[in-house]
Amino acid sequence: MSKFLLKNVSLLGEAPTDVLIQDDLIAAIGADAAGKAANHDSAESVEIIDCAGLIAVPGLVDLHTHLREPGFEASETVLSGTRSAAAGGFTAVHAMANTSPVADTAGVVEQVWSLGLVAGFADVVPVGAVTVGLEGKQLAELAAMADSRAQVRVFSDDGKCVSDPLLMRRALEYVKAFDGVIAQHSQEPRLTEGAQMNEGIVSAELGLVGWPAVAEESIIARDVLLAEHVGSRLHVCHLSTAGSVEIVRWAKARGINVTAEVTPHHLLLTDELARSYDAVYKVNPPLRTQADVLALREALIDGTIDIIATDHAPHPDESKDCEWNAAAFGMLGLEIAASVAHDVLIASGKSTWQRFAEVLSHNPSKIGRLAQQGQAIAVGSIANLALIDPSQTRDAVSTESRSHNNPYLGLKVGGEVVHTIYRGYFTKRDGKVAAGGRNHAAPTDVNSAAKVSN
Amino acid sequence: MSSLKHLLSAADLSRDAAINLLDIAETMSSVNDREIKKLPTLRGKTVVNLFFEDSTRTRISFELAAKRLSADVINFSAKGSSVSKGESLKDTAQTLEAMGADGVVIRHPASGAAYTLAHSGWINGSIVNAGDGTHEHPTQALLDAFTIRRRLHGAASSGKDLAGVKVAVVGDVLHSRVARSNLLLLNTLGAEVHLVAPPTLLPANSSAWNAVIHFSLDEMLQTVKPDAVMMLRVQLERMNAAYFPSEREYARVWGFNADRLAMLRENALLMHPGPMNRGLEISAAAADSPNSTVLEQVANGVSVRMAVLFNLLSGERSIDNV
Ligand SMILES: [Zn+2]
Repeated sequence: MSKFLLKNVSLLGEAPTDVLIQDDLIAAIGADAAGKAANHDSAESVEIIDCAGLIAVPGLVDLHTHLREPGFEASETVLSGTRSAAAGGFTAVHAMANTSPVADTAGVVEQVWSLGLVAGFADVVPVGAVTVGLEGKQLAELAAMADSRAQVRVFSDDGKCVSDPLLMRRALEYVKAFDGVIAQHSQEPRLTEGAQMNEGIVSAELGLVGWPAVAEESIIARDVLLAEHVGSRLHVCHLSTAGSVEIVRWAKARGINVTAEVTPHHLLLTDELARSYDAVYKVNPPLRTQADVLALREALIDGTIDIIATDHAPHPDESKDCEWNAAAFGMLGLEIAASVAHDVLIASGKSTWQRFAEVLSHNPSKIGRLAQQGQAIAVGSIANLALIDPSQTRDAVSTESRSHNNPYLGLKVGGEVVHTIYRGYFTKRDGKVAAGGRNHAAPTDVNSAAKVSN
Repeated sequence: MSSLKHLLSAADLSRDAAINLLDIAETMSSVNDREIKKLPTLRGKTVVNLFFEDSTRTRISFELAAKRLSADVINFSAKGSSVSKGESLKDTAQTLEAMGADGVVIRHPASGAAYTLAHSGWINGSIVNAGDGTHEHPTQALLDAFTIRRRLHGAASSGKDLAGVKVAVVGDVLHSRVARSNLLLLNTLGAEVHLVAPPTLLPANSSAWNAVIHFSLDEMLQTVKPDAVMMLRVQLERMNAAYFPSEREYARVWGFNADRLAMLRENALLMHPGPMNRGLEISAAAADSPNSTVLEQVANGVSVRMAVLFNLLSGERSIDNV
């Protein structure tokens, strides 16, 4: 049995208090916590961790992670990706389906799910493909994935758009049977053939084929109307334009059951960076303009956008170390998300830690129907926490991913994640990710840990 | 004014640097008129023509320019299956670096490839962009400016810019590296730039471009009365991508034919970077008219490329005693 007392920690920016964690649960908060820690049986040790100056938020939950396993282990594995997640304060990640084989059967989603269990750094929640092989032709066996041990609720062909309107309608209808949601990568394929970057002033100058905002917005407009018509849930992945914000705002006002996500990079970076022709800035959907960035930041604050999701997309060096056209789309995100949220919500003075917890924990858990994640920091809740130091700036490095396509290198960012507690286990402590995951550390170490701390 | 390390974009050239290159090209042109068309300037230097895309004309022009400066020239044609993957640009560059290339003239189907090569750290030599995707082709802009300046000023060209000269660029602006480089260089030299194209073949957002946009070639010819009209080559595959309905319609509305030739000012230049699609963007009567500068452009291309290689590789900023 492990016990930790987090001393003088601020819960979501409130006055400092103490939190007692026992095994995988929050056992006590406030004076009660200190009391229980002091009084308990001397055979058990309580480790006291000074958390003065740190903000506790519920463990972060990513609705959009590319873990690359099975199939692309040179870029990332479930283990390396969840270590990166732990480094970023995450206690759950949704693993996107574009692996090889594609996660379009119960067998593959269960494989990914069990790899997550073995790794023990975060809950790995598989996303199922909407269509067989992501090919947009035939629905995958969605109910089989929903009923599997992985209990899939989020379905997405991410990387590709379910562009066929009939197929999209059917998918939205079908997942109502098990309270699922279709997470759409909104990209009209004909309008984006050969597209390389945002279509605008910069693409005109650079001679790179444009990816117009309308290719995203037209799909979102269609999909919210389909969701309304069939009375189902739609989730919009990585919304990137000011126009998309307007459509989602309209749809929500109309009562349509739609949620939307924004990535850290679309909240911070613009298409001006493409002038370097450095493919680390190549991503899909592309970096947009400063006006779009500002609209997305406002929408995250006002609730039009529900969550930040990373779209963490590792790629090997050779996929980026080349001319722009030949490079792969995607960038790392797990280890920057908390800092970008801190920048947009807290450092700006425009929002609160409560909102921070909503966009990075409560809301993604609700969308993914994860009962054991995104819980309030309260007695009896599962001890999933991220402890953040808002006073320090740090280099925006990525330390745990197997890949290096980090567009934030060289930036100084705030909101460092100091500790990550995943089901009562420190996956990150004092800025360092644990050597081993929760599962193989826990059963064997109970006795020895008690002896050492006595 | 110092010599350039690379020539990647027409935007790399200040007004003075551009005029200096055009003036050096004038001197080179006089060499090209001599019986022995050769200078010893780049003896011992190695120039690699690295072509990832077929363009016999451009390659021959650079090859001739380098040889007339006594450089050793290697033609490296990298088109084909072995270079279909992106990393090969890096591998190829490092191979050339190991061989000791002083200058690399690169033609590549990807926009930005020359920039990437110059800024990657893969190679130390000077890079000349001989056309990168739909981005730029700066030596084409230099030879076009040289051609205009010569037609307007003749033997008195040296030292002059193109202030007040009205130049119209007509055709597939969207996909044209010639148009982008010309827009930049003509602006630098003080010319007034007009772009004429069907709306589908203009960038969706050209608001940052310092040019007047026209959809009607006839209206432009009548109202602007340009000093030079530059016709762009039309790629036939554009028709299949719905940029325009048919060759016939394109030729009728945006092609340069005998009727439009009659609308030109007497001494106006009719330019084309070649190779021409006769009967599509330009009619035979127009292409072979006295206004046409097509063959002058080819000859001037060698002089201009000699000037660029001289500037980048000789370490000297101007040319005397040749
Ligand atoms: Zn996507």
